[in-house]
Amino acid sequence: MEKKGIIQAQDLCKRFGEVQAVDHLSFSVGEGEIFGFLGPNGAGKTTTIRVLVGLLKPDFGSALVNGYDVLKEPVKAKESVGVVPESSNLYGELSAIENLIYMAQLYDVPKKDWEARGEDLLREFNLFDRRNGKFQGFSRGMKRRLTIAAALVHRPRILFLDEPTTGLDVMSARGLRGVVKNLKKKGVTIFLTTHLIQEAEDLCDRVAIIVKGKIRVIDTPEALKESVKETEVLEVRPKPISQALAGKMEALPGVDKAILVEDKLRLFGKSLHGSVLQILNQLRTEGADILSIQTLTPTLEDAFVKLTGVDAEVMRVDKPIKMGGPG
Amino acid sequence: MGKGLRQAYYIARKDLKAYYLKPPLISWGLMLPIVFILAFYLRNPQGISEISPGLVGMTMLFSTTSMAAIVISFEKRIDALDRLLMAPIQIRTVLFGKGLGAAVFGFVMALIALVFMVFLFGLSFSHPFSLLVSLILSCFAFGFLGILISVGVKEIFEAMTLSNFFRLPMVFLCGVFYPILSMPLVLQVVGFCLPLTYSVDALRQSLLSEGGVIHRWLDILILAGFCLVLFEVSLAVFRKRTQESN
Repeated sequence: MEKKGIIQAQDLCKRFGEVQAVDHLSFSVGEGEIFGFLGPNGAGKTTTIRVLVGLLKPDFGSALVNGYDVLKEPVKAKESVGVVPESSNLYGELSAIENLIYMAQLYDVPKKDWEARGEDLLREFNLFDRRNGKFQGFSRGMKRRLTIAAALVHRPRILFLDEPTTGLDVMSARGLRGVVKNLKKKGVTIFLTTHLIQEAEDLCDRVAIIVKGKIRVIDTPEALKESVKETEVLEVRPKPISQALAGKMEALPGVDKAILVEDKLRLFGKSLHGSVLQILNQLRTEGADILSIQTLTPTLEDAFVKLTGVDAEVMRVDKPIKMGGPG
Repeated sequence: MGKGLRQAYYIARKDLKAYYLKPPLISWGLMLPIVFILAFYLRNPQGISEISPGLVGMTMLFSTTSMAAIVISFEKRIDALDRLLMAPIQIRTVLFGKGLGAAVFGFVMALIALVFMVFLFGLSFSHPFSLLVSLILSCFAFGFLGILISVGVKEIFEAMTLSNFFRLPMVFLCGVFYPILSMPLVLQVVGFCLPLTYSVDALRQSLLSEGGVIHRWLDILILAGFCLVLFEVSLAVFRKRTQESN
């Protein structure tokens, strides 16, 4: 899928105090690709975007965006980039068309094109009827759509989308995913972050799974699923349950990974069926009663869990979002 | 117009359009100077021209720093300032645009105060050109001072409180109500470190044709120096602050 590195990151590091937000990240995004950064909140996804768009200087490493070094030529790099931040942060006091015209002014779009481009985008994003409505009076979905439209007014080659559907209802989120797919058809390269596994699977040509600032794996969603195809998943509900118990299960032959999911223990392994008796015996030895036991079919979520050890429930928690205009 | 100046102009124009009716701006940037001017006029109508330079200087100080506090802290609060930093614009252009919007607001407020005094109190201008230059430079100096104060805080009330920590002492230390040379030496030293002193001194000479503490063009030169220093310091602080948090 990767054709040519229109975004290239090499060994990027960024630390805030004691927290290593981004830890030696290296990746390349091909032109026209939808590349997803998938990880839980606090994994370093937004920090990576902020480094790539020139908002933060990395402590170490380098990044090229559209061929320009974001440290040495930040203004040149930004010219070809549109950014949709996680918060819909347009100006509440301005109308939809005024916001788009202001963006056109900031991105040095020729004056004769300001209004026409703004109106075209409002039509494309089904907001033309509200062209003179103030941004602060828009619904959350409308605000999100206008924020994406604002990032496109200078016709960028690359679009960064930070958690594009966070906080949206199902229909608005579906609509926005359609918008992203249409942009890809127009040749726009898209770098998106998400904590939603299904969203990554639906949209992305390739996915980088990032946890605690480090990339665990980069591959297509299909290949990631394939990686767990041969994996058997066994879910046991022991009582009592503890992290120590999971550790002991993981040490058993045939068990590759054991994680806690609420009050259950989920075990992964290529030939778990041969180890079931051993697992049950070990649980009894540890003094646990077995309340239930079942086998599961592996999903992308399981691939994620197996690769990262992160509880999939953690991924379903939205960050608090900031919306609306100032004041 | 160069690209940078054009972008700074758009930033300033948007700020003026979006924020001029914000309540903190009306209370601190508009109401407070009006109350001061009326209070002094009602107390001593004949003596109003004597303190008119101080009142104009104070009007500019409060209105410009209030506007600067709003254009920075409101936008920081909802991450809208990031939007400017993600655009292909130099950071110094962004800050200059923010300062320009604040300075224009302060300049308009100063003009309103002057017109008010000319028509109601019969004030006249002795040196209109130096008056204009000192008004412009004062507004920029106060605008960049307001930005410097605001870049470190996130909420508008914090910005206003911190601004008052600087503004209110300046009203008493910079010759607004009392001649600076009649203050104790220690306070004079502090007063000479503050831009409002030079603003009021230049305005006094330009409006009343009185002798100043130093020549009015030297006042103007020092104000220009304040503009440069405050701009560069606020730029350095702003750059540092944007790197500190995720």
